[in-house]
Amino acid sequence: MITISDTARKPVTVPPRVQFQRAWNKRLSWIATHAIGIALGIIFMLPILFVFLTAVMKSDQAMTASLWPSEWHFENFVTVFKKAPLLEYFGNSLIYSGLATVGALLSAIPAAYGLSKLRWRGQNLFFMLTVAAMMLPPQVTVVPLYDLWVRLGLTGTLVPLIVPYFFFDAFSIFLLRQFFLTIPKDYLEAAKIDGCGEFRAMTRVLIPMAKPGIAATAMFCFLFTWNDYFGPLLYTGEDQDHWPLSLAIASFRGMHHVEWNMTMAATALIMAPVIVLFIFAQKSFVKGITFTGVKG
Amino acid sequence: MTVSDGVSAVKSTSTRTLAAQSTTSPSAPVKVRAGARRAKRRRTVVFFMAPAFFGFLLFFGYPLVATVYYSFTKYDLINPPQWTGFDNYIRMFTTEPLVGTAAYNTLWLVIVLTISRVVFSLGVASVISRLKSGVGLVRTLCYLPTLAPPAAATLAFVFVFNPEFGPVNRFLRLVGVDGPLWFNSPETSKPALTLLALWGSGELMIIILAALLDVPAEQYEAAQLDGAGPIRRFWHVTLPSISPVLLFGIVNSIIYALQFFTQAIVASSASAGTADVAGNSKLIGAPQNSTLTYPIWLYVQGFRYFNMGYAAAMAVLLFIVSAGFTWILVRQLRKSQHQEEGA
Repeated sequence: MITISDTARKPVTVPPRVQFQRAWNKRLSWIATHAIGIALGIIFMLPILFVFLTAVMKSDQAMTASLWPSEWHFENFVTVFKKAPLLEYFGNSLIYSGLATVGALLSAIPAAYGLSKLRWRGQNLFFMLTVAAMMLPPQVTVVPLYDLWVRLGLTGTLVPLIVPYFFFDAFSIFLLRQFFLTIPKDYLEAAKIDGCGEFRAMTRVLIPMAKPGIAATAMFCFLFTWNDYFGPLLYTGEDQDHWPLSLAIASFRGMHHVEWNMTMAATALIMAPVIVLFIFAQKSFVKGITFTGVKG
Repeated sequence: MTVSDGVSAVKSTSTRTLAAQSTTSPSAPVKVRAGARRAKRRRTVVFFMAPAFFGFLLFFGYPLVATVYYSFTKYDLINPPQWTGFDNYIRMFTTEPLVGTAAYNTLWLVIVLTISRVVFSLGVASVISRLKSGVGLVRTLCYLPTLAPPAAATLAFVFVFNPEFGPVNRFLRLVGVDGPLWFNSPETSKPALTLLALWGSGELMIIILAALLDVPAEQYEAAQLDGAGPIRRFWHVTLPSISPVLLFGIVNSIIYALQFFTQAIVASSASAGTADVAGNSKLIGAPQNSTLTYPIWLYVQGFRYFNMGYAAAMAVLLFIVSAGFTWILVRQLRKSQHQEEGA
């Protein structure tokens, strides 16, 4: 601080040549960073663009090195539904993601409330265990879990994937707790003075105030299950009727003996809902991500 | 774990006893009421936490312990588990040939993918942080691919990096370079997977970007007035203040690489061109087992060959390795939490 005011007070005389040089350098670096920024944005979008362009090509053109479709076959997006039961897969994905998201919110909101607004012995320990459960690779616990669901006769269905969300989803609990911590306790105290119990304080005061956080959590949960491949492969791998899109797309090409243009059309269709979701809820996404990081 | 937990436990119990003393000392009836209140408070906690406790124990605690038990058995899901002592572990470290390959591939990813992911994310984030206009747009474009379902993103990459007609090799041919075989060659399959992972590393970018934008501008100005060039400013101002986030990014990337599964298994079957029902066992790891990661081999052993005991032993080893890194993150999180509470 001192150095700043000292130098500011001193009548510094910068020769005009140097001044010009500095301004020039500044402009040059401005151009450079913006050029790199634009280039980055384009490079990141290119694979998605290629997917789309290939999806509307004729099948024999998709096997050539040409990038631009000679004819635009938008009907490919319709034809692809006839090549494979995409709607069924889409329905399965919707069931898995929809129910899991509902379950995660129902179970994680009270748990996050308990971890952020109540005080009890072992609270810190349970929070740390939750973080550990979130971080550890899912393959670590998969053998006994699979065994458990086999004994219950529920493998080959989506049930083993959905049910756990109704009890414990580490990521949702973690994210909601971080959001709830930002809401001052005073509001809840005021509600309790007015005669609300903890549960009513949660439903009437906290949940309305935490709507953005809850929305972000729901979106992450939906996205995670929509993109999940390992879980469906494990439990429904043998049973095609229960495949979600993520699993179906991977064996799409070989199974239905279809060309690249159809495969890319299906790829574009499975990416689309996620992109639409993001465009509508960009802010919550960005906020949610920064919440998951460790603040410096 | 025990030390810091002990500290916080002591802290919370001491405040609790203080509070209890102040309420219980005046007279006996109050004491009864305080006891009743404590019981009610306990009921409240149980009410809020019971599903989570149950779910945690059933879907995480129990399987974690049971994995250790199964790792000492021979189990095929049909016949009851047979105790075989350390057989699975001995087999893992001596006779079973592919577990070494799988461990090598995962180690390769842990090293290369972690370094490139953190450096790349830091690079992109610092470019974005310097933009005067269009920050939101560029950030969106760089983040969007992260959301693409990994299975779909992998298919897109297998197409884009197709040696014959993929746009990447076409571009390389244009500038006079013979492009590599990417997903079809054991030498370049893992680098191609790394590029795919970099394409989807937007989450880390956004976390680092947020940290970069949090660095106080006065510090840069002060450093500049002291005559520090851009490199020294980065080294002495930026790096120290974003180091917790970078540590998070490194550990997070290591854990990400340790569980690398979907992209590798989809790429191996898609590039071979004859993917059948949810990935044929024969194609897994193609070309020449270069994409056979440790979690994939665990999956194949356990759920294709039904060597559940052996898979459990592999899971125990994976747990031991990843638990260390998980612990670093948990401890860091705890530290930043304490700082926040203190402030």
